[in-house]
Amino acid sequence: MKSLGRFYLIATLVFLYTPILVMMAMGFNESQLYELPFTFSTRWYDALWNNKILLTAGMNSIIIALITSVVATALGTMASVALSRRTFRGKSLLQLMLLPPIAIPWLITGTAMLIFFYWSGIGRGMHALLIGHVALAIPYVVLVVGTGFRTIRADLEEAAMSLGSTPVHAFFSVTLPLLYPSILGAALFAFAVSLDQFVISYFLATPGYTTLPVQIYSSIRKGFTPEINAISTVLLLGSMTVILIFARFAKPGDTRDKR
Amino acid sequence: MTNVKVNSVAKTYGTTPVLADITTEFADGSFTSLLGPSGSGKTTLLRIIAGFIKPDQGLVMIGNNDVTDVPVWGRNIGMMFQSYALFPHMTIAQNVAFGLERRGIRGAEARRQVDRALEMVRLPGFGDRTPKQLSGGQQQRVALARAIVIKPSVLLLDEPLSALDRRLRQEMQVELLRIQRESGLTTIFVTHDQEEALTLSDKVAILDKGRIVQIGEPETVYEKPLTRFSAEFLGDSNFLTGAVEDGAVRLADGSLIKSTSILPATGSTVTLAIRPEKMAIASGSTAENSIKARITTVIYAGPVLSYHLETADGLPLKLFAQNRDGTVLKEGDEISLTWSAQHTVAVAD
Ligand SMILES: Nc1ncnc2c1ncn2[C@@H]1O[C@H](COP(=O)(O)OP(=O)(O)OP(=O)(O)O)[C@@H](O)[C@H]1O
Ligand SMILES: [Mg+2]
Repeated sequence: MKSLGRFYLIATLVFLYTPILVMMAMGFNESQLYELPFTFSTRWYDALWNNKILLTAGMNSIIIALITSVVATALGTMASVALSRRTFRGKSLLQLMLLPPIAIPWLITGTAMLIFFYWSGIGRGMHALLIGHVALAIPYVVLVVGTGFRTIRADLEEAAMSLGSTPVHAFFSVTLPLLYPSILGAALFAFAVSLDQFVISYFLATPGYTTLPVQIYSSIRKGFTPEINAISTVLLLGSMTVILIFARFAKPGDTRDKR
Repeated sequence: MTNVKVNSVAKTYGTTPVLADITTEFADGSFTSLLGPSGSGKTTLLRIIAGFIKPDQGLVMIGNNDVTDVPVWGRNIGMMFQSYALFPHMTIAQNVAFGLERRGIRGAEARRQVDRALEMVRLPGFGDRTPKQLSGGQQQRVALARAIVIKPSVLLLDEPLSALDRRLRQEMQVELLRIQRESGLTTIFVTHDQEEALTLSDKVAILDKGRIVQIGEPETVYEKPLTRFSAEFLGDSNFLTGAVEDGAVRLADGSLIKSTSILPATGSTVTLAIRPEKMAIASGSTAENSIKARITTVIYAGPVLSYHLETADGLPLKLFAQNRDGTVLKEGDEISLTWSAQHTVAVAD
């Protein structure tokens, strides 16, 4: 059983990583047409360094993802607190309404947003992208943080209150530290949702302000160069570092008690 | 040290009354158990005293202060939860120091008090561990240390021992009683376990459907139950029903049963409660009361023999007999049971 499990795990990882590794390798290949034999070269990285459009789009993506992550995590965590610890009218309806956006195809959400933003005068551009991404990420945050909440017993806060904590102090001294891994995970999720986002960004970007996926898409239409591989590699290594740092603190997929 | 008073407290959830007009007092330094079936309102009463629930009406007094409108964190209570509720991200010492810190006690003084509290629960030197590194019983002790280190006005415990296995539970009962006696804390203890209630408490309060049906010393509640419910809930009991006649009770089969209880007026119906261990298998004819019955089941439990019987009228009875000479009666044997008037208690239905 054990060796079979390991085999599946390895097979899954091979499947996931092979295309990525090939993509990364091709960024270091001299040939513009991805021809073999492989000749090592940093030519595409030099080209990338001079490709201001691609770099700006990359920077935009990261900034938007960061802001989205912070704002969506703050708002989503507050929503989770309200949903998990308070009772109020219409709570179960609100709770229910948070989930469908995750399942609604992004194309539909994006179209709806475009129409609504156009109609309401919000328009397109960076601010529109931010609003769209935050709205998109909040349900994920609520889901992740809400799941974290469920693992924290309410009587911990009660114990703190019996010892003299106000509800606010109890939340910050007991609940928040325990919720910390979930909040970090949610922030990461929000970051990824934003960084990954193509459809909605495509609708809300302007010619002067695009994100990396949108820019890559328009570059591909003009012609694929290994510069794309290069920037993808940079981005990949960046996000991998963030995720691995996170994984050091909270082991995802490992629910065993750490004794 | 302080007493706790509850005055006309009532609580209703939706349309279900959970507590109905409870008035009682918990004396300074006393240990009171709240005992009652599931859903009788024990937890609700405890949480109203703690301040987690606001009663619909009535007053809660701790010492001379009316705390009805004071929130939990202003009441200076010590509380122990069934699930221990230790803070998993803090060490044992930090857990115990939590309430001290809220009271502005820090540094060396806090350390001294934490050490003393951990010694009191016999866990000296455990301060640097985390809750996960302790056994269930040890965690329970830490929870107790954390609750008492703040010198609370009242110690509230909601079935704190029910998650422990039997042996550990008995050990913790002894510890709890010792610590309660040493600290002199007014203690209110919710339990399902009648034996636990009897052995630990100065007073036992029996709750039924949101009312305290009887409160008193364990012996009084056990020996002189006021209602059929308390007689049945605390221990086992046999019940005989008859009509009052000449200061005694005439049963349907014609026999006359004597009781030292004050009986209602002649002619009225009354229920008598007799503990199964107070009855004996007839040896002579000197007993004040007797009844004939047939054995239906014999339960051999080593030191004690437990017989289920049935009278000619089909009334079920129970008898507990010490296994003194090793003779065990058989199913179907017809015997005569005897007991004294003093152990025949008139109870309200
Ligand atoms: N928040 C609530 N909303 C509605 N009903 C409640 C609530 N809390 C308690 N009740 C009801 O009040 C009654 C008393 O509950 P309580 O928890 O006080 O009982 P208990 O004596 O502690 O029972 P147990 O021995 O099972 O712990 C129960 O019928 C319960 O269903
Ligand atoms: Mg309860």
